[in-house]
Amino acid sequence: MELVAKGVYYSDLNEQIKQIAQTPGEIDVKEVLGHRYIGCGLTSHTTLNVFGTLGNDSACYMDGATLQVYGNAQDGIANTMNDGKLIIHGSCGDIIGYAMRGGEMFIEGYAGYRVGIHMKEYYEKIPKIVIGSKAGDFLGEYMAGGRIVVLGLGLKDNEEAAGRYFGTGMHGGAMYIRGPVCEALMGGEIAKKELDADDKEFLTQTVADYASYFDTDTSEIKIDEFSKYQPKSARPYGEMYVGE
Amino acid sequence: MSLQLGWPDYMVIRDENRCIKCEVCAKQCANEVHKLDSDYDKMMADESKCVNCHRCVALCPTRALKIKVNDLEFKPNANWTGSAIKEIYKQASSGGVLLSGMGNTKPYPVYWDKMLINASQVTNPSIDPLREPMETSVLLGRKPEKLEFDKDGKLKTKMPPQVKLDVPVMFSAMSFGSISKNAHEALARAATDLNIMYNTGEGGLAKEFYQYGPNTIVQIASGRFGVHPEYLNAGAMLEIKIGQGAKPGIGGHLPGEKVGEAVSKARMIPRGSDAISPAPHHDIYSIEDLRQLIYSLKEATNYTKPVSVKIAAVHNSPAIASGIARAGADIIAIDGFRGGTGAAPSRVRDNVGIPIELALAAVDQRLREESIRNDVSLVVGGSIRNSADIVKAIALGADACYIASSALIAVGCHMCQNCYTGKCNWGIATQRDDLVKRLNPDIAYERLMNLITAWKHEIEELLGGMGINAIESLRGNRLMLRGIGLNQKELDILGIQHAGE
Repeated sequence: MELVAKGVYYSDLNEQIKQIAQTPGEIDVKEVLGHRYIGCGLTSHTTLNVFGTLGNDSACYMDGATLQVYGNAQDGIANTMNDGKLIIHGSCGDIIGYAMRGGEMFIEGYAGYRVGIHMKEYYEKIPKIVIGSKAGDFLGEYMAGGRIVVLGLGLKDNEEAAGRYFGTGMHGGAMYIRGPVCEALMGGEIAKKELDADDKEFLTQTVADYASYFDTDTSEIKIDEFSKYQPKSARPYGEMYVGE
Repeated sequence: MSLQLGWPDYMVIRDENRCIKCEVCAKQCANEVHKLDSDYDKMMADESKCVNCHRCVALCPTRALKIKVNDLEFKPNANWTGSAIKEIYKQASSGGVLLSGMGNTKPYPVYWDKMLINASQVTNPSIDPLREPMETSVLLGRKPEKLEFDKDGKLKTKMPPQVKLDVPVMFSAMSFGSISKNAHEALARAATDLNIMYNTGEGGLAKEFYQYGPNTIVQIASGRFGVHPEYLNAGAMLEIKIGQGAKPGIGGHLPGEKVGEAVSKARMIPRGSDAISPAPHHDIYSIEDLRQLIYSLKEATNYTKPVSVKIAAVHNSPAIASGIARAGADIIAIDGFRGGTGAAPSRVRDNVGIPIELALAAVDQRLREESIRNDVSLVVGGSIRNSADIVKAIALGADACYIASSALIAVGCHMCQNCYTGKCNWGIATQRDDLVKRLNPDIAYERLMNLITAWKHEIEELLGGMGINAIESLRGNRLMLRGIGLNQKELDILGIQHAGE
């Protein structure tokens, strides 16, 4: 099934997608020009192939669908996503994966500010965000679960894969960042940890998955170059109060 | 020697002639105030743990107990009051932010009590609600600018989604987590049978509560706890929580100890982890961003449910409300600074925000001036204590009122304001199984039914007295109000005349 988005208002486009998605299958959406909310709430039997620029808050509340994007994505992608898979052949704007609870997202290039804020995990659901190049400031702020991996591919000399204040208020989950980061700029609630065997296996698999999705040369990546960042406490603000 | 005066806030007065040492008080007190001293064969009390919740007093079979405010006083000083001194002691020894429960305790003016309602005499006679129909129902949601009909008289205009309430009252946001499952169940069942709404707070929705969906408001806050497509579609209305009256500008931390199995499932977070919802939604930094979230919720629910945006009443509420209406919200909920909460930093609770009466009048006025009042319904909360407050709120311009503290008092809250300890002896603000089961959901349900039914009768009486037979005719009808003891500025903001004028 193929849809052309150009000239169609976003709510009409999404209505069409939802209609088609009532039966399992694959939908190609061509000429997408920042249309919002594509893939909102879609369930597991749908695969969407988006050509163009994916608009704000696409894949919000997504619940199992697969979304392949051939182009860049704007802000707020995968907001409160419950399950599913996103593969973005390009870069992303800000606030990617806000409160994401399940599923996984692979971004070929870079991602903007505030990626993975409030990311959670729940029973078997452990969400994952993989960023090929680098992420902006406030990565994983208030993160309560899940995994964020930043591969640091194609960085210039002295460029770092994570920005300032990453992991501020983080109280669950883990971030894996390749290459050196300025720890003075790191959030106060996290600490750098040694990679264990499980981490290495997870990273090896994640890098292999990334390479397979994007046909990118990942040979420069050595697993030992990753650092793991985890919260010092599951209750970072537990001691802050006194009863009146 | 202690630097700090460790004298308790309350005294436990036990009448030894009445006490039969049955130990009911000891068993009932989660704060462990009472203890049978077997050496002396006598009930003893550690008053330093007492929060004055009256549980022991209420259950003592011989009425042997009384709790009194401790009469030990510092040297009288209008500036350095006893509480001001004790707060400094507490912070100096702990380094902690002062925390308290429920609403503002300070003696700020209560404008409800400075407004009087009109009644008809002789001409335009009053209406007897016992023999004439009174319309107390309201519809919440965006109203179309005009209605168009085809030539057969059928409605052509596509109506925006509405929620109908039989009484203009709703139970406002209290999450499962901040209150117990039994309290939540009582609210849900009562809302259903009263045909009004209750609100999930930001605590998600446990599976067994999905059956109350048509009377449920599902809330979406910055932590997005328990928010997923099924949840969004479970309720009849959605609410984005931006702020709450008890702590404007502040978020919430549900401590890990309260996140047991059931709360964890409803919130979809690991057991024992803190549920942190900071004040800002990190995806909302502008009215345009708010619009984006409102429409993402509308997309997720196929434009079938009204979306409310809840804010705390603050200095520039009218401009904020205008922005919210233009962002596409169907309902604006405004929460005044006397509103309750499970936990709030005391300094914020007692010093931030403005009274709901003034915020409501100012917002309603602003939206009318901008000709966008019909684009939204206005719901107000923040200490609505009785039916007269509701009638006054509607006359000032509200469509409906939110109540929470009143509802909890109806089911047994004694306003001890220690909700944040998780040791609520009345089974309301606790997740401890032994305490939760003290609140019988059947009885709590019945008491809520009684309260709202009684208020409905009172609203009908007050309406009838004014010669009005429908809530719709009272809304924004400020001629029905007069101020008493208010200055000209206050009267101007409320948009009412003084009594006698």
